[in-house]
Amino acid sequence: MKAQVLIRPKAGILDPQGIAVEQALPALGFGGVSNVRVGRLVELDVEDPEQLDAMCQKLLANPLIEDYEVLTSS
Amino acid sequence: MRFGVVQFPGSCDERDALAACETVDGAEAVILWHRDADLKDVDAIVVPGGFSFGDYLRVGAIAQFSPVMAAVIAFANNGGPVVGICNGFQVLCETGLLPGALLPNERRRFICRQVDVEVCSTETPFTRACTAGDVLSIPSKHQTGRYYAPEALLEQMEADGQVVFRYANDSNPNGSLNDIAGVCNTARNVVGLMPHPEHAVDARTGSDDALALFASLAQGLTHV
Repeated sequence: MKAQVLIRPKAGILDPQGIAVEQALPALGFGGVSNVRVGRLVELDVEDPEQLDAMCQKLLANPLIEDYEVLTSS
Repeated sequence: MRFGVVQFPGSCDERDALAACETVDGAEAVILWHRDADLKDVDAIVVPGGFSFGDYLRVGAIAQFSPVMAAVIAFANNGGPVVGICNGFQVLCETGLLPGALLPNERRRFICRQVDVEVCSTETPFTRACTAGDVLSIPSKHQTGRYYAPEALLEQMEADGQVVFRYANDSNPNGSLNDIAGVCNTARNVVGLMPHPEHAVDARTGSDDALALFASLAQGLTHV
């Protein structure tokens, strides 16, 4: 099974990467952009999708500072 | 006494850490290679700075599962003194030995400068030779050093005196909450800090203020 794990900085935590991108876009002529947040995408093939949550908790994300979302497709 | 300094692929401060440990009279310091779970009968462990595993995925995330870390965690849970510096601090937070996490610096810059660090607690194996309120001049060099803990945890840590070091004199370089530069666990035998005391043990290179921190590790040991 193919899986994607989306990892985001938790709401309320300052995201300097997001701020950098948000400041860069208007300089390139793209106006009206706000609330930019930058996270990570992990793509993987898994035999047992039941293990995905534990993988996220243990390694792929740090639940103290990040939220994660698991998407699967067969 | 014998110090162990952990080395991961991508560590870069282990040599200075060895030299800093050997400033203690009669001490020897040995490398603990990350693949080797043998702690070589050391009395104290330093997890040094660098970019373990290229900082891939998240700082400290991969290093926490190196074989040596299982042994370090057991050593710490048995009361052994463990100090994490910079990337070592990040690794110890990832293992859960220390509370909180380190986030990218507020102003998005890699910081490399001398900072003033106040010793806030002397009740740790790394600070017991200091006096509370001492301000040490120590270099800081990192991109991911913004200390963060959720509000409730942070309040509990402050109440329990787990903040061991704070940036002083408006020198907070990274946006750390409460100017936190270093913390300890609830048992107080594990300490982590972002500034680099191993680079502050010789006046010829700017400061020897951190000699007292390494000397602290030798105090209180029964078999020095």
